[in-house]
Amino acid sequence: MTNKIKIKIDGKEIITDQGKTIVEAAHENGIFIPTLCNFAGALPKGCCRMCTIKINNRFMTSCTTPAAHGMEVENNTNEINDFRKGIIELLFVSGNHFCPSCEKSGNCELQALAYRYQMMVPRFPYDFPMKSVDGSSPYIIKDQNRCILCKRCIKTIKDDQGRHYFAFKERGHKLEVLLDDKMGKEISSALAKKAMENCPVGSIIFKEVGFEVPIGQRKYDHKPIGSEIEN
Amino acid sequence: MEKKIIATTSLAGCFGCHMSVLDIDERILDLIELVEFNKSPVDDIKTFTKPVDIGIIEGGCCNSENVEVLRSFRKNCKILISLGECAIMGGLPALRNGIPIEECLNEAYINGPTVGLNTQHILPNDDELPMLLDKVYPCHEIVKIDYYLPGCPPRADLIWEALVALITGSKLDLPYEVIKFD
Amino acid sequence: MKDRIIEIISKYNGDSTRLMDILHDIQAHAGYIDEATIALLADKLTLSAAQIKETVSFYHFYSDKPLAKVNIYLNDSVTANMNGRKDVLKAFEDACGIKIGRVTTDGNIGLFSTSCIGMNDQEPAAIINDRVFTRLTPYRTKQIINGLKQGQHVKELVVEGCGDGNNALPIIDAMVYNNIRRKGALLSHDYPLFTVIKDILPKTSSEEITDIITESNIRGRGGAGFPTGLKWKFGSRAKGEHRFIICNADEGEPGTFKDRVLLTEYPEMVFEGMVAAGYAVGADIGLLYLRYEYKYLLVYLNGILENMRKNNFLGQSIAGIGDFDFDIRIQLGAGAYICGEESALIESLEGKRGEPRDKPPFPVEKGYLNLPTVVNNVETLATVVKIIKNGAAWYNQLGNKDSVGTKLLSISGDCRFPGIYEVEWGLKISDILAMCGANEVQAIQVGGPSGTLLGEKDFDRELSYSDLPTGGSMIVFNKNRDLLSEVVLNFMNFFIEESCGTCSTCRNMPYVLRGKLLKVINGRGVKTDIEDMVNWANLLKVSRCGLGQTAANPIVSSIRNFRHLYDALVQKEIEYDSGFSLETSVLESCKAVRRQPLFHHNA
Repeated sequence: MTNKIKIKIDGKEIITDQGKTIVEAAHENGIFIPTLCNFAGALPKGCCRMCTIKINNRFMTSCTTPAAHGMEVENNTNEINDFRKGIIELLFVSGNHFCPSCEKSGNCELQALAYRYQMMVPRFPYDFPMKSVDGSSPYIIKDQNRCILCKRCIKTIKDDQGRHYFAFKERGHKLEVLLDDKMGKEISSALAKKAMENCPVGSIIFKEVGFEVPIGQRKYDHKPIGSEIEN
Repeated sequence: MEKKIIATTSLAGCFGCHMSVLDIDERILDLIELVEFNKSPVDDIKTFTKPVDIGIIEGGCCNSENVEVLRSFRKNCKILISLGECAIMGGLPALRNGIPIEECLNEAYINGPTVGLNTQHILPNDDELPMLLDKVYPCHEIVKIDYYLPGCPPRADLIWEALVALITGSKLDLPYEVIKFD
Repeated sequence: MKDRIIEIISKYNGDSTRLMDILHDIQAHAGYIDEATIALLADKLTLSAAQIKETVSFYHFYSDKPLAKVNIYLNDSVTANMNGRKDVLKAFEDACGIKIGRVTTDGNIGLFSTSCIGMNDQEPAAIINDRVFTRLTPYRTKQIINGLKQGQHVKELVVEGCGDGNNALPIIDAMVYNNIRRKGALLSHDYPLFTVIKDILPKTSSEEITDIITESNIRGRGGAGFPTGLKWKFGSRAKGEHRFIICNADEGEPGTFKDRVLLTEYPEMVFEGMVAAGYAVGADIGLLYLRYEYKYLLVYLNGILENMRKNNFLGQSIAGIGDFDFDIRIQLGAGAYICGEESALIESLEGKRGEPRDKPPFPVEKGYLNLPTVVNNVETLATVVKIIKNGAAWYNQLGNKDSVGTKLLSISGDCRFPGIYEVEWGLKISDILAMCGANEVQAIQVGGPSGTLLGEKDFDRELSYSDLPTGGSMIVFNKNRDLLSEVVLNFMNFFIEESCGTCSTCRNMPYVLRGKLLKVINGRGVKTDIEDMVNWANLLKVSRCGLGQTAANPIVSSIRNFRHLYDALVQKEIEYDSGFSLETSVLESCKAVRRQPLFHHNA
């Protein structure tokens, strides 16, 4: 039997199992903490910092921090929400996110978070960086312009020997995601589809079909991201 | 209540945002009770004839003329609104950003499949033509912008609600569905 | 070629956690790491080629493109620039006929820029084929390039002779100077080497050793200041098949060079400290992570380890202690400041990119290979030896109430006597400035770029963990320096270059802030730009590691303490300026279509 523990999020007491991360505990209890890089089934790695919360006056990422009995978590506060909005805005200006022409629009988690946090315009200047598009795989278009470097493809798309199809390249402001040349050419249609699904934005696009779901029926057309969690 | 004076323009845009203004349907009759249009493609007034309360900008700035028009709007309008993705972040015209301008021009006028009759391979360079900017700029990266209404195009309801709130000073409470980037 | 690479891989038993060593060996053999090699490595290590590239592309000193026969890495630290780096760079570029970042067409000389190489007290300096050249002038630069062109070996280009102390040993043979200006409890030569191993450890339990360290109140000397005794205690309690002691010699904070001096003059004490830590924690393996820039010390250090093994100061049943086995391996880094962060260092030790880990878990529980790992700074480990020898009470007499003991300061910049000073905690900044012969001081950077820039009103503050903590980097700027364009901008460039890029905040925000800073420096700033910088910098607080969290410190601390410099630069008559210039933004297109810019209106 697992140990039950109690934690407080914004003053609300919730019960969860020992060993759960804070974001898991929150989501199970109907409390939304926004995430981008976190992905069910993959080891968390706090890349996006969206799920930042405050414990004992310290900022932590809720996807990597295990819930501990008696913990008091600040989540939905003005300070933290402004940080989250700031991160969304920073991601928008650092890439080339042309929503009107992106196939993922309406199903994109970055865009959905921008809606939820009511981003009308980023506070930071646009960078318009020069980024590459790789169409060498028969099933995937990898568009670096839209990549938010969340590592989800790196962590989840592997072959049966555990080799990664995707990997980081360079570092810092030059950081990119690389699709392995050889493995990208040999990737199965099914895995390519999964790669697109696992990508929170429109950086990995499956080739053969496009714009399947009409506007009005897409994931985030009518309800904000997180509403599926909140009660 | 005195009517508010409105001016509008489309810079590097497709006029889709202006079309969306028309999408407020019969509410346009209410609108003209509230406002008077000055310089705008809607009434074809070409120059500012009086001080303007609200300037609405569609499109970003891709050339020197866009910049001059935008600056004249800033000079003549109390409040400026960036309407739509192009005004806010450059939009689709900004897809060229990051590509060297000579490469863009060569593709458009010399190498591209639609070059057609430009057999002399001339890049347009008449002094009467506006000069292209090194990239397409969002409007607020040129002049101060007061409000932003996103969308491609912005939903008619968003435009309506925002304008009414601005004109009447009422509180703006937007439903989730009206703020979209596509 | 292929055979040689397979040989290298099998030398490390096909162990992908030894990828750093494998890549070093390949680059030493082939000059660079090409596609075919990467494919072969991927195949043998059961990784994808992309995964190999992930590591290769992370580190400054690995290359996937052919390098030159002779590669010059010219340091770009702030003190290098203060001491005429610009002229030296121009001399290099002129003499080689290439711009920095390039290789000559004959493939003979490559010229590159690099972050601080730990020679701040003898700048401008460069690393030429792993050999350090210090105190460069345009004249010397020309001589060096002429020599190279005439086919001289890099070693033959050294006309300065060797530096002081052990730098002159044939096995080191470096023109580097220690510049030790002040010795105290740590540096004084009153300790017969290996006394702790020989005489004390056999008579003392591991718990007692940890207790001595705890009672001494020593805190980590790398800068973060975590209590060393507590760290050891945690490490000894954590469960694991092995435990590791890591000595962090990835001294990368610009302006600090004390670990280089310790490793040159006191390496036995550093290693002995590792052995003592290993004994206290119950570890069996020690790893010293040496920054690539100090590669010239590698053979020397390995020689000392070999001697220690011969004397049973390393190996099995050390000093006759039946169950105490401990050995040390040196891991060479490959050029990444972030690897000074302990969890990034561990990732690097495992052959991966130096990306800091999320904490918890902390390395004491799950560190190297997910086993309990204690990471200590070079200075901490050397000091530990003297504490064990002389006792906690002896150490507690030093320093002040809040911060016990002594600290090595690496002082550089505008002062007459740059170098290493061992001082007791509690010393005033004004005393430090007087001690190093600094006059007309405008500012001092305490703790490197991630620390804080202090002006005159703070010169009576004291070094301490509660007020002014520091890893020891002190850079002095006199009144003629332009702090914003010479110092703050250089530091921001450094953080942008050295971020690992994993966190959205640290990857992007320093770059955005630099844009604002440049706008202000270029006279296009307005008052709100200053406020924006302070507000935006807050976002970095949610970054994972210390680098990210402090990456805006150069801007934030200079706004806090030198606000007048910013105020003087921003435009007072207008409230809004986007920084846009119509005149310059049309230049490129006008050139492309061959027309003269023409403006119809006075916009």
